[in-house]
Amino acid sequence: MGPAIRVKDLSKCYRIGGLDAGYATFREMFAVALVTPFRRLRGHRRVPGETVWALKDVDFEVQPGEVVGLIGHNGAGKSTLLKILSRITVPTKGRTEVYGKMGSLLEIGTGFHPDLTGRENIYLSGAILGISRAEVARRFDEVVEFSGIEQFIDTPVKWYSSGMYLRLAFAVAAHLETEVLVMDEVLAVGDVSFQQKCLDKMHEIRSQGRTILFVSHSMPAVTRLCQRVILLEKGRMVNDGPAHEVVNSYLGANWQLKATREWDDAHAPGNEVVRMRRARVRDRAGATTESADIRHQVGVELSYEVLQPGHVLAPKVDLYNEGGVHLFASHDVTPDWLQQPRPKGHYVSTVWIPGNFLSEGNMIVYASIVSHTPATVLHANAPHAVTFQVVDYQNSDSARGKYVGAIAGVVRPLLDWTTDFSEGKGA
Amino acid sequence: MLSNRAEKTVSINEAGLSLASFSLKEIWAYRELLYFLTWRDIKVRYKQTAMGAAWAIIQPLFMMLVFAVFFGILIGVPTEGMPQLVFYYAGLLPWTFFASGVVNSSMSLVNSSNLITKVYFPRILIPIAATAAGLVDLLIASLILLGLAFYYKLSMGWSVLITPLLLLLTIFLTLGVGVWLAALIVKYRDIRHALPFVLQIWMFLTPIIYPVVVVPHKWRWLIHVNPLTGIVEGIRASLMGRAPDKQALMISISITTVVLLIAIYTFRRIEKTFADLI
Repeated sequence: MGPAIRVKDLSKCYRIGGLDAGYATFREMFAVALVTPFRRLRGHRRVPGETVWALKDVDFEVQPGEVVGLIGHNGAGKSTLLKILSRITVPTKGRTEVYGKMGSLLEIGTGFHPDLTGRENIYLSGAILGISRAEVARRFDEVVEFSGIEQFIDTPVKWYSSGMYLRLAFAVAAHLETEVLVMDEVLAVGDVSFQQKCLDKMHEIRSQGRTILFVSHSMPAVTRLCQRVILLEKGRMVNDGPAHEVVNSYLGANWQLKATREWDDAHAPGNEVVRMRRARVRDRAGATTESADIRHQVGVELSYEVLQPGHVLAPKVDLYNEGGVHLFASHDVTPDWLQQPRPKGHYVSTVWIPGNFLSEGNMIVYASIVSHTPATVLHANAPHAVTFQVVDYQNSDSARGKYVGAIAGVVRPLLDWTTDFSEGKGA
Repeated sequence: MLSNRAEKTVSINEAGLSLASFSLKEIWAYRELLYFLTWRDIKVRYKQTAMGAAWAIIQPLFMMLVFAVFFGILIGVPTEGMPQLVFYYAGLLPWTFFASGVVNSSMSLVNSSNLITKVYFPRILIPIAATAAGLVDLLIASLILLGLAFYYKLSMGWSVLITPLLLLLTIFLTLGVGVWLAALIVKYRDIRHALPFVLQIWMFLTPIIYPVVVVPHKWRWLIHVNPLTGIVEGIRASLMGRAPDKQALMISISITTVVLLIAIYTFRRIEKTFADLI
């Protein structure tokens, strides 16, 4: 079986500035016709419009049933690529082929008309997305139920709240039954519970074996949904591989993996009570380290200055993995400072994360300083304070054992196993 | 597997390809969307209006009365033996459809930029739907014309059956001009500013408030180059039981055909760049 999507030497050039920019008007045409000869006389050369390559020589294939994520900075060409695949705009060079019925979702709520009711808009946007009326009718109740706005279904959507609007729009889109689905950032909307619902729906779509090409800025969504990720940078394809690897390198380049960070007075997180001064990742010996052996303890050290005495303070560390999963939150509960107000001065606290606990990959540390008595107050907050990498070396005595492939799970404890054995046939 | 693959839909997009090259097959495949877009345009047009679709009747009727008072009674324009109200209404019927169809469809693409930049379908459906949305109004207005003809006991005869064909010709002409302007306006926004007075002039070049016979022979050609002339005169003739002027009709049909071909050609030329221009 051939690929579901084939992109061949694809390039798209846009003009910025110059004659063809924006809307040509008759007046401009006349003006240019009048002025150009004189410009030539004066020795000016005609300035060609500046061009920018939104895509340059992009080349890849997607096999049927694959879920591929497309990531990159704004302006990397992700949306242009989807627009060409969806046949909304033509490439300057190269070609794309999509095998099978294609659905494209570049924006949810496409084709919704504010004056029409929810019910009418479901049918209309179904038609626009290529779903037949009979099919929409068949799945109508399902769509409405998914959206959770049954009681407003006969109200014009202009009176909907933006949340209701998005729910309805995604519900329609989620029920598209096409073999190939191309979607752009549709998950970046709605509240958390609705986003979860969308993710679940995407899982469901994926499990049906449909091919999905999916643009997102949400790395957790990408790593959770896609096996494979393509990284675009300034219109070029710079990476294509297993989701974790590509996302990893993208995030690494993005955040400049730093195991230590110091803040000067102007930028130190904190308030009049306490200021954070430094955060770093350290090993047992006290050296700053960017990578930690999965088997050994690794410490996160926070230095902070108490400016106002009389507050009970606790340093706190939140750990996220590269997929954006919140692994744990921990604050200092040792008896020393649990109830005792801290005098002014400089403090250094270290939290030790045990060995054989984290999974391998990049870890992002959020550091903060809080009070829990008398009330919970967040005094200082440093998201993305420092990062480090947990490395599981081959042939070590880690939980990996003799297995060499990728190991799933956000933690990788080395657990005790017991086995009872008796010789002979089973009883 | 191979045969299975051959049956699959393939969407190809490549440089130089005329996107959605005008194919009736594709329009047919998207007929449901055409129906929905038309239905949407009709529905939205009369939403939140107290009188709803009654506006479709009021507009031409009101114009008919205004014309009858000013041109008929005050100025005394000859109506070739036709009752004045029928005379004006017969001219206003195709004109109202044509003018509003052209205005609606010429702006339709620009007004649908959110669709054009977000989803693929044959773009020509948008101006077609905008024109088609006027069909309900045309039908109601035609029934009123028929009612007027019966009221005045006109000696229509079988020739009246030509009127629906003339209205069909009007629809094609409206489609042609509307589709053509819709595509051009995406590129040259100036046209929308010129459109109102171009239509105004066009109306005076159409024998709506006067019969062709009052035009000096020297200037007749100017009136006859206008494809609506043959249509308006034809409708009047058919209502009076006369055969329509064949020559004028042939001119109308030929010009409408040429306009349609130019429209489709222009549309295909510009269509590729819609999403980048709009």
